[in-house]
Amino acid sequence: MSDKRIIYLDNAATTAVRKEVLDAMLPWFIEHYGNPSSIHSVGRDAKRAVENARKQVAMAIGAQPQEIYFTGGGSESDNWAIRSAAEMLQSKGKHIITSSVEHHAVLHTCEYLEKKQGCRVTYLPVDEDGRVNPDDVKAAIAEDTVLITIMAANNEIGTLQPIAEIGRIAKEAGVLFHTDAVQAIGAIPVDVNEWNVGLLSLSAHKFHGPKGVGALYIRKGVRMNNLIYGGAQEKNLRAGTENLASIVGLGKAIELATAELPAHAARMTMLRDKLIRGILETIPDVRLNGHATQRLPGNVNVSVRYIEGESLLMRLDLAGVEASSGSACTSGSLDPSHVLLAIGLPHEIAHGSLRLSLGNGNTDADVDYVLKVLPGIVETLRAMSPLSASNACPA
Amino acid sequence: MYSDKVMDHFENPRNVGELADASGSGTVGNAKCGDIMKMDIKVEDDIITDVKFKTFGCCAAVATSSMATEMIKGKTVSDALALTNRAVAEALDGLPPVKMHCSILAEEAIHAALEDYQKKHPQG
Repeated sequence: MSDKRIIYLDNAATTAVRKEVLDAMLPWFIEHYGNPSSIHSVGRDAKRAVENARKQVAMAIGAQPQEIYFTGGGSESDNWAIRSAAEMLQSKGKHIITSSVEHHAVLHTCEYLEKKQGCRVTYLPVDEDGRVNPDDVKAAIAEDTVLITIMAANNEIGTLQPIAEIGRIAKEAGVLFHTDAVQAIGAIPVDVNEWNVGLLSLSAHKFHGPKGVGALYIRKGVRMNNLIYGGAQEKNLRAGTENLASIVGLGKAIELATAELPAHAARMTMLRDKLIRGILETIPDVRLNGHATQRLPGNVNVSVRYIEGESLLMRLDLAGVEASSGSACTSGSLDPSHVLLAIGLPHEIAHGSLRLSLGNGNTDADVDYVLKVLPGIVETLRAMSPLSASNACPA
Repeated sequence: MYSDKVMDHFENPRNVGELADASGSGTVGNAKCGDIMKMDIKVEDDIITDVKFKTFGCCAAVATSSMATEMIKGKTVSDALALTNRAVAEALDGLPPVKMHCSILAEEAIHAALEDYQKKHPQG
């Protein structure tokens, strides 16, 4: 590795573990390594640490500690929530409502239920900003609807969904409501009661906690099936010795993220808007993807016309800027991001998308640096491209 | 995931641009798939004396375009027609499997430009 300046702007993919979080985790590897299921004092120490983390997570989202179940991360929480709801409620019906912009952990689970379990899934469209219309949710509810699953905030374009409104509709209709809040924790206020959610997924590494640990909030009274058989952990639902140090890290990270949320969100919003404004003002033929204001404080997503996303990412990487794209070439498939297509972007514009996601470590100087190097990179790539304003898209 | 040669051709692409007096020109791919290549060639006495390209595409697409132009410059038309995508990929010390289709596009772009030349300059 060279010692060149690295500006990490991919915090929606993952974040660095905070020093305070790592410090909280370290004693639970060597000094206090007990199995929380053991009844001796070493085990009881570990058990107390797990239960303390459960309280910290519960406090952060307005839940009760007994409603928090630790998992291996956001995708696991999403899979468990949706598959369990479909299985436990199949006597009531087999209809699920979701949106076309969900994370693949939700979409692929729904596709599995459609193909293998005979479920009927409604994929609600979104508007040009990526928002689900609550009226569409209401209209889609049928007698056999057993679950509504709509994400709180989109991981690609940052758009916030009207979750509280959708939650009210779900409550009135008596339908279980799950939200993937993986991007929302630490970015916007999250309250399971204000949102009227029955199930909520979260993941530690998105808010400066460790990877491989997350949680599923399960409202008291919501019946779940077993995710893993073989032990009494997590009330018999998810067997296996707890990921002790990581669970402690999750607790610490969510506590810090929640305590610092107002100031953090304000700073991220300022940097975000400076970055968006700067890009739109200095580079022609660029559009902002996602809602202008109802968006995650740290999310910038733009489409740069006439160039392809992976080339843009690689050039930015060479300049020390770490970003992400919804281009097909970055996903290993031939299609660009389903989210960008869902908001109505033509393929060639979706291929030229760039996501810059800010986090704790970013500064005003980082934004200045990106605004300094990006226009030149775009110009270089455009000079190499057969596409231009006068030759937008040959067949 | 990319070889040093791919990165070199991506960072410093050879023969970028267009030829005002091209003997033949071809565009392949489509924006829907995220890859478009345009190749211009100049042919004199059956020899490709100049070649330029423009590419909308990923790193591998740019690098294969660049390498392909180097490999056909100075060659006869029939030698250039014999260039395979495998040879281009090999010259770049290989491509990741998901990127092999980019090298096919480079071969197709050369063929399209040469066919255009042959159509404009029928033999005999």
